[in-house]
Amino acid sequence: MEKHITQYQTVHFNLNGKDVEKNVDVRASLTDMLRNDFSLHSVKKGCEVGECGACNVIIDGETFNSCIYLAVWAEGKHVRTLESLTGPNGELSDIQQAFVEEAAIQCGFCTPGFIMTAVEILESGKDYTDDELRKLLSGHLCRCTGYENILRAVKSAIRKTQARRREAAQEP
Amino acid sequence: MYDIDVLYQAKSVQDAVKLRLAHPEADIIAGGSDVLVQMREGKRAGKSLISIQTLDEIRGVKLEDDGTIRIGSLTSFSHITRDPIIQKYINVLGEAVDQVGGPQIRNIGTIGGNTCNGVTSADSASTLFAWDAIVELTGPDGIRRLPISEFYIRAGKVDIREGEIQTAILIPKESYEDTCGHYIKYAMRNAMDIATLGTSVNVRLSADKKTVLRARVAFGVAGPIPLRAVTAESLAAGQPVSMELAERFAQAVKADIHPRDSWRAAKDFRMHIAVESAKRAFIESVKLCGGAL
Amino acid sequence: MKKYTGKSVLRVDAYDKATGRAKYVDDLCPKDALIMKICHSTIGHGYVKSIDTAEAEAVPGVIKILTCFDVPDIQFPTPGHPWSTDPHHQDPADRKLLNRHVRYYGDDVAVVIAENEIAANQAVRLVKIDYDPLPVALDVQEAMDPSLPPIHGECPGNVIKHTDSRKGNYEQAIQEPGLIKVEGWYDTPTVQHCHIENHGCYAYEENGRIVVVSSTQIPHIVRRICGQALGLPWGRIRVIKPYIGGGFGNKQDALYEPLTAWCTTQVGGRPVKFECTREETFVSNRVRHAIRTHLISYVRPDGRIVARKAELFSNNGAYASHAHSVCAKALGSLPQLYPCDNFEGDAYTVYTNRPAAGAMRGYGMPQATFAMESHTDDICKALHLDPIEYRRKYLMPVGYVDGFSKNELYADSFNQCLDEAIRATNYYEKYAAYQNQTGSVRKGIGVSVFWYNTAVWPISLESSSCRMVVNQDGSIQFQTGETEIGQGCDTAYSQMVADAVGVPLNMVHAVSTQDTDVTPYGTGAYASRQTYVGSFCITKTANALREKILKQAHEYTRMPIEILDLVDGDIVRITDGRKLMTLGELATECLYSLEHSEHLTAEETAQVKSNAYSFGCCIAEVEVDIPMCKTRLTNIINVHDCGNLVNPALAEAQVHGGMSMGIGYALSEQLLFDPKTGKPLNNNLLDYKLSTFLDHPHLEARFVQNPEPTSPMGVKALGEPPVCPVASAIRNAIRNATGVSINCCPITPHVLYREFKQAGLIEE
Repeated sequence: MEKHITQYQTVHFNLNGKDVEKNVDVRASLTDMLRNDFSLHSVKKGCEVGECGACNVIIDGETFNSCIYLAVWAEGKHVRTLESLTGPNGELSDIQQAFVEEAAIQCGFCTPGFIMTAVEILESGKDYTDDELRKLLSGHLCRCTGYENILRAVKSAIRKTQARRREAAQEP
Repeated sequence: MYDIDVLYQAKSVQDAVKLRLAHPEADIIAGGSDVLVQMREGKRAGKSLISIQTLDEIRGVKLEDDGTIRIGSLTSFSHITRDPIIQKYINVLGEAVDQVGGPQIRNIGTIGGNTCNGVTSADSASTLFAWDAIVELTGPDGIRRLPISEFYIRAGKVDIREGEIQTAILIPKESYEDTCGHYIKYAMRNAMDIATLGTSVNVRLSADKKTVLRARVAFGVAGPIPLRAVTAESLAAGQPVSMELAERFAQAVKADIHPRDSWRAAKDFRMHIAVESAKRAFIESVKLCGGAL
Repeated sequence: MKKYTGKSVLRVDAYDKATGRAKYVDDLCPKDALIMKICHSTIGHGYVKSIDTAEAEAVPGVIKILTCFDVPDIQFPTPGHPWSTDPHHQDPADRKLLNRHVRYYGDDVAVVIAENEIAANQAVRLVKIDYDPLPVALDVQEAMDPSLPPIHGECPGNVIKHTDSRKGNYEQAIQEPGLIKVEGWYDTPTVQHCHIENHGCYAYEENGRIVVVSSTQIPHIVRRICGQALGLPWGRIRVIKPYIGGGFGNKQDALYEPLTAWCTTQVGGRPVKFECTREETFVSNRVRHAIRTHLISYVRPDGRIVARKAELFSNNGAYASHAHSVCAKALGSLPQLYPCDNFEGDAYTVYTNRPAAGAMRGYGMPQATFAMESHTDDICKALHLDPIEYRRKYLMPVGYVDGFSKNELYADSFNQCLDEAIRATNYYEKYAAYQNQTGSVRKGIGVSVFWYNTAVWPISLESSSCRMVVNQDGSIQFQTGETEIGQGCDTAYSQMVADAVGVPLNMVHAVSTQDTDVTPYGTGAYASRQTYVGSFCITKTANALREKILKQAHEYTRMPIEILDLVDGDIVRITDGRKLMTLGELATECLYSLEHSEHLTAEETAQVKSNAYSFGCCIAEVEVDIPMCKTRLTNIINVHDCGNLVNPALAEAQVHGGMSMGIGYALSEQLLFDPKTGKPLNNNLLDYKLSTFLDHPHLEARFVQNPEPTSPMGVKALGEPPVCPVASAIRNAIRNATGVSINCCPITPHVLYREFKQAGLIEE
């Protein structure tokens, strides 16, 4: 058998607000790189073929299943994982807090992926009907919650975020 | 970790063409939602890949001077759905690709990848067939264009020649002018599913909305590749709009479709759903055109 | 004191799970662990003749390839049952670590241990296995054909076990003139748990012992099974269970811990990791038993059940795992739910060449409930009786006692639950309005009740231990062998500990990780037993700890113990309510005392020799698009009586999850196999139709709280029951809409097409 020469490449990208570079095996998925090279364990592996959504991250403002995204494609991109949401003193963001308060977390394995999609929804600043929210969240599978409290949490976070925006707009 | 032999990353379309010529054994990877999955399965394990993922020049939707809608092959499904040109002129395509997988898949999946796979269940394909889309390929000898019906050769095999990559899907003005369509994805669940049957219908009505000038219907999963039901189309052309026409149009699709039995669904079931879907999509298309049944 | 139980406090693990800090198996695995991958059989039944590993071994990075010819000649059982010291009650020991006699498509034949995943996968593809194939039997009745070569030599005819249940005289009773016979065959599918974290584990050696870190519900049981499988003293194995991403019964089995533990011993104790792929999770873990149930009822015109016969055929797949326990539970429920004086029941659990069936949320009851509650509606239809009134009249009456378990229906739970669901859905009005509809889209409403036995007594041991340790500040760590698997056990137990000891909730720390070296013995998370069993062991341990605390408090306050109490973390004089000192002050004094230092701790084992029924119902509403052969679930409610709620918000969340699983069971989920080869066809999350966000309506969960008298905290089963009544309620709703009775689930469009054609609702 021919001896394989592993191909490496240095990837430069912005990860959770910080510019980083990493020499990675070109065969690595973004999931592999985030978990193994950056210890970002919120990026979970549930199927590795883009069906469950547990590895979901935000790249340049859009959500992607990092399992079917090559690590080298992150070059020049802004990548965000769940770890970016928690404040410097461990403060939870609105959406994390809503997941906690609405009992939207059970085993917790789908939670990071769901929250990142919810972040995209919240940051759009738009209003959505329940049906629209269900569709926006439909790229994630969950076996514990029946999705019920996840919907509640996302709605509650939208209300809270909107209230904050209104308050901010009213301030002189 | 994917079992990739060598990864070549194209920097431009011309670079991609060169890489294709230099490494004919390598597969093209666009978004990855199919290629990487097959690589993991073992089907493409150990293969080399030419990544065109970063070629922004073939991403996006444009209206050309002659009214042709140009969809860059790397345009993702979600971008197609949100695009104002698509929404204005051929909304049904945006609606069809908005039913692919789930939101994250629609962010990574591209219309080029969806068609180059050559699979019959692709949600974009039946609508592209129904709208007489043109496939644009760029190769060593420049640009080659062909109707999408000729692009599909057989299941899993499309007409991409040595050194070529698909660079755009074009919808001519003649095709979409004064035309409205509807797509019905029949699947076993409402998200994260592949079509058991895809039905895309579009119609053009007379000025008084009383007569069908042209009707087109295409199916996915009604044969090894997407196909048009021409018998139904010619039956409807020139006919007065009515529920009875919808019924006859729907029954006539049986003349051209030939779904097969598989563990996913039986032939007679697919046949039944095709007729019902054709009827419903026809009625909806007529309504969208302002017709009354 | 009931200060924290009964309140919807936030989950104790929510913060860590919301921030990504919670560590699961793969997050903890050393980066240098070797990767193990399995060569699965590509035939459904047969013998491995030979294995050629030469080419595979040449792959750079491959460390070792081990095959079915290398493993210890030891057969072991895998189910997560407490061990029985009585050989007659021990589970079938019917598999080896790797098997030469392969019994399903996907059986474990060989393993590759490599430095990395790619090398391991490449080598797996290069291992050449030569087989002697045998006939494949996927269906129960087919597998019972005695002319077939048995799937396990020790079990000719493939029937693992047959049990019967007899009461009165069936044959004589059916002679009564004027009886109406209602008969049906009810089929349920092979489905999978689909927890989002696949099972995985890693193992390494330390100080001459094997440490296994695993995604399991049952660490103490896994330790025993690893010991048995490797032929090692059980104390040589240490199992650690961190957070896990769901289990639902699949991880109530030793899955790949024994094999991984053995692999580390074959590479000098280096860490070896095995992670199931999703495809392996579907096929090579456990599935739910597909049970085919035949019910015959002889009823009087008023619906009175005079005699009833039940035959259950349980498709156990290739290895016993939980085997007959599941079907036995299903059979046992039938004469209890609708008591009948003349009953004949037979249950058969049969080996087939499907993936091994094991425990799955509901443990036989979703199957039994689908059959019995569909059949009950069939009786109502045959007799033109109202389905709700029928149930009110003939269900287990208040005061009913089961002779075997001694379980009793203490309160009017069924009627209370039904009343609540009827009010919430406006059932009667809709049921009447939906009769005799025409048109292509029709609406329907259906009902189903369920019954569920908490825990496993008297079939198996019920034992749980708890340890409580007081820190210098008066806060308390507690540990139990019962595991947090997502259901909220750590939170519910924290509430129970706070109340039982008398300390503030924020002073209670659940030690979430179970480590068999340090965690007291408990059998784990299964059988919806944790709150019930925990109510005993927590109460007992808390009482022992309080006794020590108050004795010390007496020393320091010089007040007689009789007038001292520990209330919310303070030592209080009962007579005037004065706070004398805090538990923190006392704990510090005690620990650092130069005279008689004492670390305040307690540890107790509670054996539970009682059990409790849980009850409830489901009402479902559907819209059926007849030409499209599609069912849309428009509304669904579950109402439960699980005794006192420890945490209403978490209880509600548990019910949602169970309802969701029930919806998939009713309408879409089914593992499919090629009928000739047994090859799985849809073992991935795209082709296996688990419900998505868009496949559910709002899920309504409500409760009726009748405190369970046998539990010190008035609690009983909730985890599994929610899944049980859903499929039959949906099936009955479809019948209400269309008039068509469908006796199998999932009720997919394919099934509706067949049935509607037969009923003349759609043309061929």
